[in-house]
Amino acid sequence: MGRYVIRRLLQLIPVFLGTTFLIYVLVWTLPGDPFASMCGERRCPDAFVAVMTEKFNLNDNIFIQYIKYLGGLLQGDFGETFNGTSVGELISLRYPVSVKLALVAVLIEAVIGVIAGVLTGLRGRGFLDNLVLVSTLFLISLPTFVTGFVLQQVLGFQLEIIPTVVSEDPTFAELLVPGFVLGSLSMAYVTRLTRTSIAENKRADYVRTAVAKGLPQSRVVGVHLLRNSVIPVITFLGTDLGSLMGGAIVTEGIFGIRGIGGLVYESILQKEGITVTGVVVLLVIVFLIVNLFVDLLYAVLDPRIRYD
Amino acid sequence: MRKGRALSLIALPIAASLVLTACGGGGGSQSGGNENTEVSIFGTEPENPLVPGNTTETGGGKVVQAIFTGLVKYSNSFEVKNAMAESIELTKPDQYTIKLKQGWKFHDGTDVKAKNFVDAWNYTAYSPNGQQSASFFEQIKGFRDVNTVDPDGANGPQKAPEPKAKEMSGLKAVDDYTITVDFTEPHVIFKVKLGYSAYMPLPDAFFKDAKAFEAKPIGNGPFKFVSRTPKQDIKLERYEEYKGDDKPKIKKVKVAIYTGTEAAYAAVKGNQLDFLDTIPPSGLAGNLWKTDLKGRSQSFQGLSVQILNFPVYDKKYQNADFRKAISMAINRKEITEKIFEGSRKPTDGYAVDGVTGWSPGGCGELCQHNPTEAKRLFDKSGFTGKLEITSNADGGHKEWIEAACGQIKAALSLECTFAPVATFGEIRKKINAHEMTQVYRGGWLADYPSVENFLNPLYRTGGSSNDGGYSSPAVDAKLAEADRAGTEAESYKLYHEAEKLIANDMPAIPLWSTPSQAGWSNRLKNATMSAYRELDLSTVEVA
Repeated sequence: MGRYVIRRLLQLIPVFLGTTFLIYVLVWTLPGDPFASMCGERRCPDAFVAVMTEKFNLNDNIFIQYIKYLGGLLQGDFGETFNGTSVGELISLRYPVSVKLALVAVLIEAVIGVIAGVLTGLRGRGFLDNLVLVSTLFLISLPTFVTGFVLQQVLGFQLEIIPTVVSEDPTFAELLVPGFVLGSLSMAYVTRLTRTSIAENKRADYVRTAVAKGLPQSRVVGVHLLRNSVIPVITFLGTDLGSLMGGAIVTEGIFGIRGIGGLVYESILQKEGITVTGVVVLLVIVFLIVNLFVDLLYAVLDPRIRYD
Repeated sequence: MRKGRALSLIALPIAASLVLTACGGGGGSQSGGNENTEVSIFGTEPENPLVPGNTTETGGGKVVQAIFTGLVKYSNSFEVKNAMAESIELTKPDQYTIKLKQGWKFHDGTDVKAKNFVDAWNYTAYSPNGQQSASFFEQIKGFRDVNTVDPDGANGPQKAPEPKAKEMSGLKAVDDYTITVDFTEPHVIFKVKLGYSAYMPLPDAFFKDAKAFEAKPIGNGPFKFVSRTPKQDIKLERYEEYKGDDKPKIKKVKVAIYTGTEAAYAAVKGNQLDFLDTIPPSGLAGNLWKTDLKGRSQSFQGLSVQILNFPVYDKKYQNADFRKAISMAINRKEITEKIFEGSRKPTDGYAVDGVTGWSPGGCGELCQHNPTEAKRLFDKSGFTGKLEITSNADGGHKEWIEAACGQIKAALSLECTFAPVATFGEIRKKINAHEMTQVYRGGWLADYPSVENFLNPLYRTGGSSNDGGYSSPAVDAKLAEADRAGTEAESYKLYHEAEKLIANDMPAIPLWSTPSQAGWSNRLKNATMSAYRELDLSTVEVA
């Protein structure tokens, strides 16, 4: 196990270097030029462009730029944006909100999704099964921005139950509806995954044995059946948590949440490669660690799985 | 044991959310009048540090205008009034003498003296400082000694030579409260420009430690800078020792940073944001904003004009008859009414209503819809091929360009299509490099409310925003004559003549002026817009 973890952590290094370099190059090769749109309908004065180019090492070759950037990064310096804000500060301001939102979304999708999946998986065909089938289909077919706008209109503007946009430092309660919007699609997948998995394992030998031993239904389902059936679901939730933290641009946009998604989006438009790369660096790390954690969870859920 | 853990997993976030809501609730909802309530206004992230001479866009400009007061200020109907200046007098045809009011202080307690203006202006003009507004000082004697030109542009390998001097010879602080400005040629309308961000004074603290100043700007305006959270908000507070007559009634202002107007519109609608100066297209559609924000919204004449530019450097567009034909084929009235629901005003000149020195009629019948004359001119021009009009696709310009194309097609039987480009940055890059092959949308937001600012930068040979490469000796001569004129009245008359000359060449087609539609929350009283079409912070009150 220990060796496995170390191997996985070592894998982080090339993946980290590769992704950050790719992003860095991609952002700077996007069409357009950061100083083309910075002065409105006026061409930026040459002296201004010269000073900025010098300050941000933009006349170096892209490899040298990247190495200079990486050098700063290793000393914990994420660099500065064109208006002199530290990228590290920006990220530390935005990240907590995104993490909160992602956690709310994942909790909603895990709790509702797994419960609905277990219920329908156990019961089999019937009214409840059809209801869940239809409603998950409905959710899957709706793009996030539709769910978002509809809920904002109905709950926010018409019924006035929720604030139409969240405050600057949103509480968990404020994030419930945005979290639902964000997690709704995955919630439908989780339900279906759990349902299929439960339905399959219901007939497995070890479940029959557990029932034959005379264990109470709750223990058979809760411990024996669920534990095995939930492995694919955990894999899904793990990658989902990673991508949700990576930013929910649409949901953040609708509810005015100041998260990481919006930050990346703005920075790409403004060609602020330094911010984009900074955020991506962090995302890569989060993604890799979450996935490592998920892989380790398999062993906890199913003792037959060994890593050495 | 297991059950217990599972339960606590569910209970934890619920408990946490209950605790957090209890702490977070209630902020800003209590009414406390001008003294206690923080007024939140829509803003965008400043693109540069908040140094006046380097701030040319609206995001930073909004804050700079609140924390600095220049020599003059513009009233909400664009009149020029003395602010920090006691008097501004033309002492020679090519010299202004400016006397300052005494007793004004910067927010750090130091006096505002003539030297603060002179130092700030010299700093901005000095090219190695790379300030965006350097060109605003080009008429002052000695400008070329402090501001050198990069021989091959910013992207070329050569660097601009080191300037000979650090200070412009024409700018002097005679004593603590008197400044003289000498120009290379008479420049009477200089006075009108002085309310723009580029002309603000800077405290000594800036020259000691610019980095610290950028982190916490120190101005001399009605509000002082309190704090800033990047990409989130900028907080300002009333400066109690402010000496101007536009002392604000409200105490605290928060510039809430948004990335787009859509979310801000939802916030204003829900009374979570107090002021939005630009209603988004979704709110303008079907005049939705008038019902959504009933009794708390209004349209104000702005300082910007929508134009169609011809890349005159391209052979295809060098015939003036062709350009005039396009102008006369467009029915401005129909588009402003049908597409913009009356929220735009057709213009018949190159500037907008109300700015100092402008009189309508500069474009005359060349800006009137006249399909038969358009067709006659078009046939005369011998233009072949088809016409493409391009714009960035992310700015809501598709509808009117397609409508204009429809009208051009109907009047001239000329194939016309809209060719969108993904972002503003992309299109600007091509425009800057003079690589445009299509007619392109332009919008001009004036720096200060004077007719001069709508003409010189755009249509003079080598003007700072003359992107189409238009050059006409007659227009240049007329504009130069207007700049040099001995009196303001004469100067404005000459600008009008220049405008007529430009219209007769039609290097760009003026379409309509773009007013600002503003909306505010139900707790604001006396909300109106300043000359720069932001919330007028000096008169607004909280109910």
